[in-house]
Amino acid sequence: MNRRRFLQSSALLAAAGSTARPVAAATPAWPGEDLRKLGYWDIHAHVGTPGPTPAKRMEALVRAADRVGVERICICMSPPWQNEPTPEQFRRSNDDVLAILKEWSARAFGFVYLNPQHTRASLDELERCVADGPMIGIKLWVGLHCNAPQLDPIVRRAAELDALILQHTWIKQRGKGNLPGESTPMDLAELSARHPGVPMVCGHTGGGDWALGIRAIRTRPELHADLGGGDPVYGEVEMAVRELGASRVLYGSDVHGRSFASQLGRVLGADISDADKKLILRENLRRLLQPALKRKGIKA
Amino acid sequence: MFLNTAAAAAVVSAGLRAAAPNAPAPAGAFIDTNVSLSHWAVRRSWVETPALLVGKLRGHGITSAWVGSFEGVLHSDIAGANERLATACARDGAGVLQPFGTINPTFPDWEDDLRRCHEVHRMRGLRLYPNYHGYTLDDARFRHLVELAARRGLLVQIALGIEDERSQNPGLTAAPVAAAPLADLLGGIRGARVMLLNAGSRVLGPVNPLLKRLVAAGVAFEIATLEGVAGIEVLLRANPAARLCFGSHTPYFYFESALLKLTESELTPAQRQALRSGHALAALAPA
Repeated sequence: MNRRRFLQSSALLAAAGSTARPVAAATPAWPGEDLRKLGYWDIHAHVGTPGPTPAKRMEALVRAADRVGVERICICMSPPWQNEPTPEQFRRSNDDVLAILKEWSARAFGFVYLNPQHTRASLDELERCVADGPMIGIKLWVGLHCNAPQLDPIVRRAAELDALILQHTWIKQRGKGNLPGESTPMDLAELSARHPGVPMVCGHTGGGDWALGIRAIRTRPELHADLGGGDPVYGEVEMAVRELGASRVLYGSDVHGRSFASQLGRVLGADISDADKKLILRENLRRLLQPALKRKGIKA
Repeated sequence: MFLNTAAAAAVVSAGLRAAAPNAPAPAGAFIDTNVSLSHWAVRRSWVETPALLVGKLRGHGITSAWVGSFEGVLHSDIAGANERLATACARDGAGVLQPFGTINPTFPDWEDDLRRCHEVHRMRGLRLYPNYHGYTLDDARFRHLVELAARRGLLVQIALGIEDERSQNPGLTAAPVAAAPLADLLGGIRGARVMLLNAGSRVLGPVNPLLKRLVAAGVAFEIATLEGVAGIEVLLRANPAARLCFGSHTPYFYFESALLKLTESELTPAQRQALRSGHALAALAPA
């Protein structure tokens, strides 16, 4: 689907200009036209929607994305969700993402799922999916705390390949409720300090305890805050922009567990400027991905 | 104070007549069933005044908002919190804010709080916070509360939570309320009307057997914590009889998060109308 067709199919545009749904007519045009036409880029998505094949599952995801104006979706991991996958398991998960990219390369960017517990196998998978394949980023989940030394060779190779790292983080009950290998933003700040200049994304930015997560990454300019995955609690976006600057903040949904809507709503409804919203909803991620896209010859 | 309260009651009453039981929904009616005033203990609210809240809601087409008070969660003087809520809605609610008073059935003489909500403040519904107030839904006092509310024709809203359990301040924790006892309880109480707020994935899973039991028992729900891709569409496909209402949990949540869910899901005009106002108005109607 090209951009023009995307815009034509956007339900947001339809809602603003059509009278086909009279019950919605009382709602004023929202968000503003500039933001509606933007075409949002989503840093954090999983294709867990139902369907007989990975590509069909993606089709269901894209249908919903179109309705709310999400244009590009960074996808990673495929069900079943495995906290500490074996190399065979993460390769299977990545095979699904590769299958999706064959049909949906105009809408999806692939992030390779690795488990640093298996460093050698992870590096091999990085070669298969990013160096020799179509993916442009890395997803690290809860296999190992990300301040562990096993991550260093992965980060070094990622930097050589211009692959953007998305590291899950959460702070549950002030860290006491985290899974054994589940990272916090504080762990990621430690990793970042060992690899200055390598951009990374702090997945969920600590989740519900985002106020601590934002503080934890504040001093590392390479770290970017992914807003997605938690409840859309008022104040997160405003604090992230205030403490990090809008250029370090990214829209992410964490679908399919979350909706596009609840996570988009927090950005669109935030008390920040439209210029900052444009950065968060599209331009920051686009900028971060440009080196990898250029390497692959992808214009976006 | 009496004059203020009396005037408040008159305005509230006038506002509610617009949403009289069994009346067809006015054209463009859009009801937010899950709104709060005052500040939640661990978060700053953008609602510095009720007028700000009304402006935001009206800007998005909301014609009526059912409003509880966060003061009711932690304050012991719940009667005072309810009075302030009623006054604020009447004075500054512009006909949009409809107060739902808090009742804590573990408090002495809570029955009089309920009476005042109905007779003095002319409220049409109540809001409960069982996990913060220290009781479960199989508690005899809760059953008695639902019975008394039913006799007065009051809708009972039960907040199953306020914030994600994983992110609660260690000094202020509360596990989500278990809704399972409701399914059997409601069948035995004539005229009982109950709506769950912030039910989340523990209840609102499309194939969750508990959801099916609660739907069969006539419980209503709202969408503030309904998640998943096209979550409303998916839930209604599996549970077409679910009485799903619009609810935002604002100002704790961004209002726009709930609003966009209506766009993400593909809904029939009838489903959309039911979500925007039909089910909410039906929840207020006598059984």
